[in-house]
Amino acid sequence: MAEDAGLPAAGVEPILEAKGLSQGQIVRKRFLGHSGAIIGLVVFAIIFVTAFTSVGYWGIPGWWKYSHDQVTPLVNDGVPTASLWPLAWGDHPFGQDRIGRDLFAMTMRGAQQSITVMLVIGLIAGLIGVVVGALSGYFRGWTEAILMRLTDVIIIIPALLLAAVMAQMAGRRDSGSWFATFASSNGILALGIFLGLITWVGLARLMRGEFLSLREREFVDAARISGASNARIIFKHILPNAIGVLIVNITLTMSAAILTETALSYLGVGVKAPDTSLGLLISQNQEAFATRPWLFWFPGLFIVLICLSINFIGDGLRDAFDPRQKKFNAKKAKDHGKHPLEATPVTAFDGTKDD
Amino acid sequence: MVTYIVRRLITAALILLGASFLVYLLTAASGDPLEEFRASSAPNKQQLMDARTELLQLDTPAPIRYFHWLGGAAQCLIPFANSCDLGKNIAGQPITDALGHALVQTLTLVTGATVLAILIGITLGIITALRQYSTLDYGVTFMAFLFFSLPIFWVAVLLKEYGAIGFNNFLRNPEIPIPAALAIGAVIGVLTAVTVGGEMKRRLLIGGVAFLFAAAVLMYFSATEWFKTPGLGPVVIAIAGVGIAFAVTLLSAGLKNRKALQSALIAVGVGLVVYFVIQPLLNEATILMIVLLAVAAVLVGLGIGFLMGGYDRGQSMRAAALTSFLVGFLILLDRYMQAWPTYFNNSRVRGRPIATIGASTPNIEGDFWIMSLDSFTHLILPTMALILISLAGYTRFTRASMLEIMNMDYIRTARAKGLSERTVVMRHAFRNALIPIATIVAFDIGGLIGGAVITETVFSVRGMGFLFLDGISHVDPNPVMGVFVCVAITAMGFNLIADLAYSALDPRVRVKA
Repeated sequence: MAEDAGLPAAGVEPILEAKGLSQGQIVRKRFLGHSGAIIGLVVFAIIFVTAFTSVGYWGIPGWWKYSHDQVTPLVNDGVPTASLWPLAWGDHPFGQDRIGRDLFAMTMRGAQQSITVMLVIGLIAGLIGVVVGALSGYFRGWTEAILMRLTDVIIIIPALLLAAVMAQMAGRRDSGSWFATFASSNGILALGIFLGLITWVGLARLMRGEFLSLREREFVDAARISGASNARIIFKHILPNAIGVLIVNITLTMSAAILTETALSYLGVGVKAPDTSLGLLISQNQEAFATRPWLFWFPGLFIVLICLSINFIGDGLRDAFDPRQKKFNAKKAKDHGKHPLEATPVTAFDGTKDD
Repeated sequence: MVTYIVRRLITAALILLGASFLVYLLTAASGDPLEEFRASSAPNKQQLMDARTELLQLDTPAPIRYFHWLGGAAQCLIPFANSCDLGKNIAGQPITDALGHALVQTLTLVTGATVLAILIGITLGIITALRQYSTLDYGVTFMAFLFFSLPIFWVAVLLKEYGAIGFNNFLRNPEIPIPAALAIGAVIGVLTAVTVGGEMKRRLLIGGVAFLFAAAVLMYFSATEWFKTPGLGPVVIAIAGVGIAFAVTLLSAGLKNRKALQSALIAVGVGLVVYFVIQPLLNEATILMIVLLAVAAVLVGLGIGFLMGGYDRGQSMRAAALTSFLVGFLILLDRYMQAWPTYFNNSRVRGRPIATIGASTPNIEGDFWIMSLDSFTHLILPTMALILISLAGYTRFTRASMLEIMNMDYIRTARAKGLSERTVVMRHAFRNALIPIATIVAFDIGGLIGGAVITETVFSVRGMGFLFLDGISHVDPNPVMGVFVCVAITAMGFNLIADLAYSALDPRVRVKA
């Protein structure tokens, strides 16, 4: 720790932040310097664009020649035609299933579903979470007691049960309720909305904690004394200070939401048969692993890729919003500083240190 | 303090009442329990429907049925009355029986996985925190994110394919071709080189030794068909025991404490003598005996440490006790390996030991060793899947917590006053880093008995998750309620324990009275 004073110059570049950049600029700069997050963002963008343009969305046709429910004659028993060496794409790049549906189209359709669910959940959970957390954290008293007991109740009701109930209700198309008609035409949207309605609890607790600590700060007192209304204090003074925590946790909620959706579809209470989703594809094809392993590999690979890229983006955002984080370039530090002794000074490299 | 606990308990009871009411109504509303009969063309259709209606009291409305259920469930609160009534499931079986059975299944499945995940996760987290921004740190971070993103059902199917079917095929003819042995050795060598840290020369040297050692061991295994008749033998136990003695002493007392090292080594010696003495006794083993032997091992270790004494008697006792426990574990492992050929050739197992579904081979017979080997071979795949999934969280959390602690002023003070790095890390940093981890561990233990619904489905284990899912699919509220109440009570109880533990461990946090 003795050489502490000399070391930060090696890896930390305080110049950037000394210029008087706005908070937003600092965050953006830090995020763009996080290579994991950038790779995650690029991968996610590629998957997003491919998934939504290839097989079309909401009736708009895509550039891929097959659709996810179109049966075509089996070519070479459905073996994938894509190969890395020699680089080739072929007619059925990901192969075909037993009855001849194109796996690329199905996987893309599934990726669309997963991304839709993820975004819907992020939106709804974020919105409800912020409102409930802000109200209970800011006003405290009865509002807090009631809202927090409500979150407690929702948090212990298993999501699986709620999903099963919703699937049953959506399944009764003949009963003619508005919900059944809506759910049968927009299955994935209904699932997303519904999962959003139960995943906000974690966010609400977190936002409440943030609001509880921020409302005791001096700048809030100052705003109140100068006559700001409650709404103004919440939106203009407290929320911008809590936005980092919020965004990071929404990202993490979204990556967890993809896994929840695929798990529910796997158990048969999520997306239902004529439509498809990544989880459903795996559950339909796991028996065929010995004969048609590609049916199993590609959907799983896409789940992992989407989820991984979102997690990396979340990690980058967390680092970017962390006020204690200095921009840090580990490689530069390594080149500069002579190899320090074992473990001991390595901690001096720690990025979370504020000096 | 007492008022705080009482208030928490009352709130918890009210939340439980509200949530259970909702769960009951939701399950009852989720479908039609008579559906399977409506479509059937059996001659006694009406009779069957009447029977089920009577069993599940379908002619009373769901809210009233809930209060009926609540009346039965309330009797569980009377101590020693043994009048617990959680209703019956759709087949007429009392829920209390089904729950008891499912609970055992789930706990055997998840306990080992959780304990291992916590141990491995915390170790990895601490190592990566100490080597921040090293190759190892980046590697483990990437792995953690990857494991976060894995759907467990996908992992489970892969494990079934490669871990069970592939490994069983390998066991039929356990020969490792030399290129494969070299490749595995190379992987192990690279991993070791990345893990050890330090200068490049040191890394390469240790990595090279690990590579040679691993490749040689694999070739030896292949030549002697070790996988068919595995065993450790006293020589390997002695060598591994000495290694354990050094490692344990290094971590718990430091090698400078000669008395601690000597006590640990004496414990290994005693263990080797016991190895020969105890073999006939182990043939008659029961689970109780193994537990008693483990306790005895720890006590003997403590005794050795006490007699050796030294300037810090506690450290000697700790080092010797840990060493003798681990050596005892090696002896146990050796005995299991001795039983392996018998198990492998059992008429029920037929040379395919690693099972993909269920919790035990049907109709298998044998002594304690055969039966527990049978459980292990069934548990190994789900345990691996669960560890993979939950490992990431512990690693990341421990790393963050450890990094924060390592930047504290008191760590600087400890270093400044000239303490060894081991003392700083193990005594000052590690213990304090464990405080926040203790709370998430408590949360996780609370969630344990909810079981892993998906893991249980994939591996066909009839545990709590299975009971729950089965209840939902048959629109049968009673099993769902049974599972829900068990899970909710333990979860809330452990939440309370986590809060109390935090305030007990960290004096800066005080519960509001």
